Amino acid sequence: MSLALTQYFPDSTSIPFIKARFAAFGFSILMIVASIAAFFAMGLNFGIDFTGGVTLEVRTEAEIDAARIDEMRGVLGNLGLGAIELQGLSELTEGSECYGSHCALIRVQPQGGEGLEAEVAQQEANLAVQAALTGLYPDIEYRSVQVLGPKVSGELVEAGIMSIVIALVLMLVYIWFRFEWQYSVGAVLALVHDVIITIGMFSVTQLEFNLSTIAAILTIVGYSMNDTVVVYDRIREKIRKFKKKNLDEVLNLAINMTLSRTILTSFTTLVALFSLWLLGGAALQGFAFAMIFGIVIGTYSSIFVAAPLLLLTNVKRETSES
Amino acid sequence: MLYFANWKIALIIAVSLLGIWFAAPNFSPLPGQTVNLGLDLQGGSHLVFEVDLPGVRAERLDGLSQEATVLFRQQPAIPTAANAVIGDEVVVRVARAEDMNEAYNRIQSLSRPIGDGSMGLAGVAGRTVAFNRDDSERTIRLSLTDAAMIDIRDRTIAQSIEVIRRRIDASGTTEPTIARQGDERILVQVPGESNPQRIIELVGTTARMTFHLVRSDVAVGANGQGRTPPGVMILQQDDLSEPYIAVERRAMVSGENLTYAGSSFQDGQAVVEFRFDTTGAAAFGRVTSQNVGRRFAVVLDDIVISSPRILGPILGGSGIITGNFTFESAYDLAVLLQAGALPAELTVVEQRSVGPGLGQDSINKGTFAVVTGFIAVMVFMLAAYSLFGVFSNLALMLNVMLILGALSGLQATLTLPGIAGIILTIGMAVDANVLIYERIREESRNGRTPANAIEKGYSEALSAILDANITTLIAAGVLYMLGAGPVRGFAVTLGIGIITSVFTAFVFSRLLVAMWVKGLKPKKLPI
Repeated sequence: MSLALTQYFPDSTSIPFIKARFAAFGFSILMIVASIAAFFAMGLNFGIDFTGGVTLEVRTEAEIDAARIDEMRGVLGNLGLGAIELQGLSELTEGSECYGSHCALIRVQPQGGEGLEAEVAQQEANLAVQAALTGLYPDIEYRSVQVLGPKVSGELVEAGIMSIVIALVLMLVYIWFRFEWQYSVGAVLALVHDVIITIGMFSVTQLEFNLSTIAAILTIVGYSMNDTVVVYDRIREKIRKFKKKNLDEVLNLAINMTLSRTILTSFTTLVALFSLWLLGGAALQGFAFAMIFGIVIGTYSSIFVAAPLLLLTNVKRETSES
Repeated sequence: MLYFANWKIALIIAVSLLGIWFAAPNFSPLPGQTVNLGLDLQGGSHLVFEVDLPGVRAERLDGLSQEATVLFRQQPAIPTAANAVIGDEVVVRVARAEDMNEAYNRIQSLSRPIGDGSMGLAGVAGRTVAFNRDDSERTIRLSLTDAAMIDIRDRTIAQSIEVIRRRIDASGTTEPTIARQGDERILVQVPGESNPQRIIELVGTTARMTFHLVRSDVAVGANGQGRTPPGVMILQQDDLSEPYIAVERRAMVSGENLTYAGSSFQDGQAVVEFRFDTTGAAAFGRVTSQNVGRRFAVVLDDIVISSPRILGPILGGSGIITGNFTFESAYDLAVLLQAGALPAELTVVEQRSVGPGLGQDSINKGTFAVVTGFIAVMVFMLAAYSLFGVFSNLALMLNVMLILGALSGLQATLTLPGIAGIILTIGMAVDANVLIYERIREESRNGRTPANAIEKGYSEALSAILDANITTLIAAGVLYMLGAGPVRGFAVTLGIGIITSVFTAFVFSRLLVAMWVKGLKPKKLPI
C-alpha cells in the first residue's frame, strides 16, 4: 500500500512577516483611511431592509426586454411615487423560472409621511404598483414582494450596528479572559480593521448593503477572530517555551508554524464560498462576495495586524509562570 | 487521546446514528419530521402589524374624563370649569376652591388596582391612575401610570392575537403562525399564501360594528359638510347615491352584543346574517318598536355599509345586513363580526411575500451550491491529506447529516441564508481537522512515532479548536439575538454547524484515526 505524502507547503517556512509589519501597517492604515473617505464621499447603497420602501420581483410569460422595461418605467413613472428603479434579471440556470430574461426587479423609493401615515403610504405604493403592472400585463406574476415602513427599517439599522458592536465587545472580553489584555486589544483592533475595510469595499463597489451583509460582517468577525486565536494560541505557547528569544522572533516563528493551517483553512472556506457565489443565485451573491472579501482581509489581518500588534502592546513574557 | 473506552465508542456511534435517524426522512421514505422550510423557500407571506397604542391610550383618557363627569354629577354635584384630555393627561378644574377636597376624594375611585399580580412584571403591581393636585389652579391632573400602560399594552396585544387567530382560522387559511413580536407588534406568517392582501384586510380591519338611528332631518351637503346639532355626526356611506349620511352619535346596539354572524344569499344578493344576545335583542327590539318608519345605519369602522328603513319592530334579535357585497366580502365580514372587534387599530409595518416559483428556484440553487461546495472541499482535503483526508471527509459527511438531523429534530426553520450557513460551515468545519493534521505533521517531523504524533496533535490542537469555535459561536449568538427574519436562519445553521463540527472533526475523526492506528500499527504517517 503506497501512501502518498502530499504536502503543498515546505516543512518549515521562515518568512519574515514581522519585518514587513511597517509596510503592512502602512497599507492597512491607507485602506482604512480610504474606506472611511469612501464611506463619507459615496455612502452605502442600502437595500430595502435599511431604507424602507417597496421591492418587487416580477415575471411575465413573454421576455422582459428593453422595450418592456421602458414600458413599465413609463407606467410606473406616472404613479407619482418618486424614483423607481427597474432592472431586468437575466438568469443562466436552465430550469429556473427566470431562465432567459423573464424576470425583473423593481424598487420603489420610500414614501414620505409622518408616523403611521408613512407606514400606510408604503402599503399603498405597493398596491398602486401592482395594480398598474397587472393592468399592463395581465399574466404578470409577483415572485416576491417586500414592503417595509420607516419604523422597521430604522430599527433594523439600529440592530445591525448594535450587533456588530456587541460582537466586538464580546470577542474582546472572551480573548481577555482566555489570554491577556494585550492579546484582546490586538485581536479586536484587527477585527475593527476588517469591519471598516469590508464596509469600505461596499461603499466603493456600491453593492447593495442589506441584512445579509450584516450577517456576513458578523461571520467575518467570527472567522477572523478564529484565525487570530489560532496564531495567538501558538504565540502564547512559544513565548513560554523560548524565554530567551526576542519577541519579534517568537511572533514570526508562531506565524510561520501556523501558516500552512491558516492558508489551507482559508482555502477550503473560499472553495465553499465560491460555489455559493457562482451557483447560489442572486439573493446570496452579495453575501458570498462579502464573505470572500472578508476571509481574505481576515486572513491578512491575523498575520499582518493582530500578531505584530503584540509588539506594540508589549505582551508579558512570564504569563502563568508564577 | 487515542484510547477510547468501549462505552465512549458506543456513545459516539449512538450520537452519529441518532443524527442520521433524524436526518433520514429528508431524503428517504422513512417516516418522521423533515426540515421545516422558511417562508422564503416554501413561499408564503410574513406580515408584521403594529398595534396603535397611542390610540388606545387616548381612548382610555377619554373614558376617564367621562367617568369623572359622572362622578361630579352625583349629589351633591360639584360644578367644574373644565374637564378635558390635554396631551397625556385629563385636566379637571373645579369651579369653587372649597370643592377641591371633595373632588379629589371622589375621583380616587377611578384608579383601580392592576391585574392579579400574574403579569409577572416587576413594578406592575400598583394602580392605574396617578393624580396630581394643584390647589392654586383648582386643578386635578389624571394620568395613566406606567404600570397601567404596560398592563393595557399586554392586554391589548393578547386580545388582538386572540381575535386575529379566530379570524384567520375561520377564513380557512392553513397553519398560520400568529405571535407577539417585541413590545407592540404582532407577527402573522402564512405559508403558501403569496398574495397577502386578503389576509391584510382580514387582520387590519378593526371591525367595530354599531347600529345608529339615521337623522334624516339634518341636511348633509354633497361633500359631507353640514351643521350638526349636538349628538349627531356625519359619516361616509358605502353607497354612491348617498355618499354621506347623518346619524345619531349614540349607538342603539353594538357588535359586542352579536352572538352569531354568517353569510348567505337572499334574492340573489349576498347578505350577512346576524343574531344578538339577549341584551342586544332587547335593545334592538325596543328601538325598532319606537322608530318604525325611520332608517337606521349599520356602521363598520366609521363607514356606513347600509341604512335600511325599519319596516316593523324587530323583536327576535336577528336580522340581515344588505349592502354592496360580493359573496366573498359578505363571507369575510361575517368572519370579522363573528370573531369580534380588535381592541385597537393595526397597521402593517412589514410585509414580505415570496411566490412558490422563487422559493423552488432558491431551493434548487441552494442545494446545488451545497453539493458542489461539499464535493470541492472533499476533493481538496483528499488531495491535501490522502488517507487522513478520507477520515476528515467521513467526518464532514457525518457533519452534514448531523446538521440536517438537528434541524429536523429541533424543527428549526431552514431559510435561504440558512443554506448559506450550511455551505460556510462545510468550508469551516474542516478547520479543526486541518489544525490537528498540521500539528501531527509537525510532531512527526520532530521525530515522534506515528501514534505519539497523533496523540500530541489532537491534544495540542484542542485549545485552539475550542477558542476558535467559541468565538464563531459568539458571533452566531449575537446574530441570532439581534438578527431579523431570514438572517436568524443563518445564525441557526451556523451555530448548529459549529457544534456538530467540533463533534465530528475532533471526536468522530479521532475515533477513526484511533481504529486505524490500532488495526494497522503504521510505521509511517501518510500525512
